[in-house]
Amino acid sequence: MDTVISISSAFCLLLGSFLCLTGGIGILRFPDFYTRMHAVGVSDTSAAGMILIGLMLQSPDGIVITKLVIILLMLLFINPAASHALAQAAMQHGLKPLLDKKESDKNNGHNETAHDRTPNEGRSLSNP
Amino acid sequence: MLIAATIAIFVVMILAIIRGVVGPTLYDRILAVNMFGTKTVLLIALLGFVMGRPDFLDIAMVYALINFVSVIGVLHFSDSFEFSRSPHDGIQENGPAEKDS
Repeated sequence: MDTVISISSAFCLLLGSFLCLTGGIGILRFPDFYTRMHAVGVSDTSAAGMILIGLMLQSPDGIVITKLVIILLMLLFINPAASHALAQAAMQHGLKPLLDKKESDKNNGHNETAHDRTPNEGRSLSNP
Repeated sequence: MLIAATIAIFVVMILAIIRGVVGPTLYDRILAVNMFGTKTVLLIALLGFVMGRPDFLDIAMVYALINFVSVIGVLHFSDSFEFSRSPHDGIQENGPAEKDS
């Protein structure tokens, strides 16, 4: 029984580390703000859940498990709220998503203005 | 396994800091800071188990709350570019000072 618990804990920790590294590579390599937000969302929810479940399996007594459950619930409530507020603020400030080539061929004028506007918005937001 | 997960989280924190430094827009930087805060919570919980002192989990809880308040505060700052608007203005004018959401 002890080996089963330790093996499942190690599996959860390794899976959490892998998801964490995936999110870290995604926030560097993705081309757009919204795709980066997708990478961060995956890494924040799944990796945090996996690592905290792996710690719960190793914890010695009940109060530690309770604290870990509280931390997991707080992360699961707080991260979607912060991501939603961030995406809504970015959308209100006119940060357009990076669209595909085929989409921009389909309706030309609108997306050209969108592509032109994105760097200007970024520059004006960087030093207000 | 605890040491491996700690090292992985360190690497991810460094990658998030790089994105926060080179991020082209303001929102990329806020996103990187949010990810850094979440990874800080996980790092403190893991370090508590590595050192054999699970009392660190209280500090991890406080960090989760601070992370949320900081992200919402910076977003409110970026919404109006100032903190100078007092909360009583919205009450007196029955809320037209707020931007439409």
